[in-house]
Amino acid sequence: MTIRLASDTGKETCDLPFAKEIKEKSQAHLERCYQCVACSSGCPVAFAMDFAPHQIIRMAQLGLRERVLDSATIWLCASCQTCATRCPNDIDIVKFMDTLRTIALRQGRTEKTDLPLFHATFLDGIRSRGRIHELTLILRYTLASGDIFKFRKLFGDMILGAKMFFKGKLVILPIKIKGLHEVRRIFQSTEKENRLEDE
Amino acid sequence: MNKLKFSYYPGCSLESTAKEYDQSIREVARILDVELMELDDWSCCGASSGHCTNHQLSLALPARNLALTEREGQDMAVACAACFLRFRQANHELCSSDSLRQDIEKVTGVSYKGSVEVKHLLDIFVREVGLEEVERKVEKPLGGLRLASYYGCYLVRPPEITQFDDPENPTLMDDLLNVLGAETVDWSHKVECCGGNLMLSRTDIVSKLVGDICQAASESGAVAIVTACPLCQANLDMRQPGAEKIPILHFSELLGLALGVEQQTVKSWLKRHINSPQEILKSQNLI
Repeated sequence: MTIRLASDTGKETCDLPFAKEIKEKSQAHLERCYQCVACSSGCPVAFAMDFAPHQIIRMAQLGLRERVLDSATIWLCASCQTCATRCPNDIDIVKFMDTLRTIALRQGRTEKTDLPLFHATFLDGIRSRGRIHELTLILRYTLASGDIFKFRKLFGDMILGAKMFFKGKLVILPIKIKGLHEVRRIFQSTEKENRLEDE
Repeated sequence: MNKLKFSYYPGCSLESTAKEYDQSIREVARILDVELMELDDWSCCGASSGHCTNHQLSLALPARNLALTEREGQDMAVACAACFLRFRQANHELCSSDSLRQDIEKVTGVSYKGSVEVKHLLDIFVREVGLEEVERKVEKPLGGLRLASYYGCYLVRPPEITQFDDPENPTLMDDLLNVLGAETVDWSHKVECCGGNLMLSRTDIVSKLVGDICQAASESGAVAIVTACPLCQANLDMRQPGAEKIPILHFSELLGLALGVEQQTVKSWLKRHINSPQEILKSQNLI
């Protein structure tokens, strides 16, 4: 496997404060990585990523901010924890990925995949009812992502949706929890904290 | 022995796609004399979307439920592997730092001392009730049915948080199924990820992961895959590519069947699956 660090787009700046920021926020010992590739070898989603996990770690060490934050990898990572469990240097790669996702989100770098949209739709569901109503989640995500216009996918989803409906797997009416104001308070305070941290 | 009693946290999937998982768990708990009291007014744990986007949120959403459980004075029994990890992770972080716990208390507005233990129901049935007790109550042995136990990610990883079983080759579910009279296969994909997080957004990736898992199970000679997570079950059941499908059962359905739950009830669970498990169970004269 080649490590594409010699840039094909010319010289790149190493943003070392960025490297430090990720290390501090994630508390992952990135400096220990010696590129053994155990993480990428066991990663179930590596085949679909633009950079394998060990490459993202190297790029983060070097402070290659744009490449790291704009990669599809950070969103495709399924948080399955295989890498972190197998890392011989005990680097918490999942916390590291979480940190990158959070920073990318705050900087509005969310174009590469539909995952940020999925997460936002999911969290909106919790904010409005306290629990996830699966049918609402499926419909809202299909509309918002434009999957409704991808006819082959939509056709497959509609057949599956019909099967689920007739098997009684889709509950039509959503419920709201009594303590919804408590859940809303959590969202309000954590969003405020997030912004403060950023300033 | 004191009766086992827990605050039961079903999680969002068990209200809809995995209702049969909820029903079978409650039925099995009743037979095994485990009292499950559904946690009043529980809210979503935040799942992956919480921890992927906001660390504080990923602690505060579980913390609200942990505080409710603490007020009940009981430990928490969780059915979903994804919820299980979110609660274990939050509990671990909240109990490791007083200042973090105080910060999160400010966010949730409720106090949490950290006295709750979070357990998965598979663990409760195997370790707390005990395999001997389960075996004693088996009424209908599963007749050597060849099954693949699928653990997926969040029961076993990260091991220091879940403290469930060996992260590479867990055997807890195999032990249970063997006691019920089934034969479990030795196979390669018991802890491989099914891509549950990408279920709605990247069906292309998911169908490859699911396809590999189902193929590995079939090649090892299993006639069905058994799960302990509603998301794994739904994903494996719904996203299988190709014409040959393998049925995906919740562990609690087989447990219920073996413990002698009424046929009509068992069938009402089984008929909710996308790929019907009824044929393979009929062929073994189990239903």
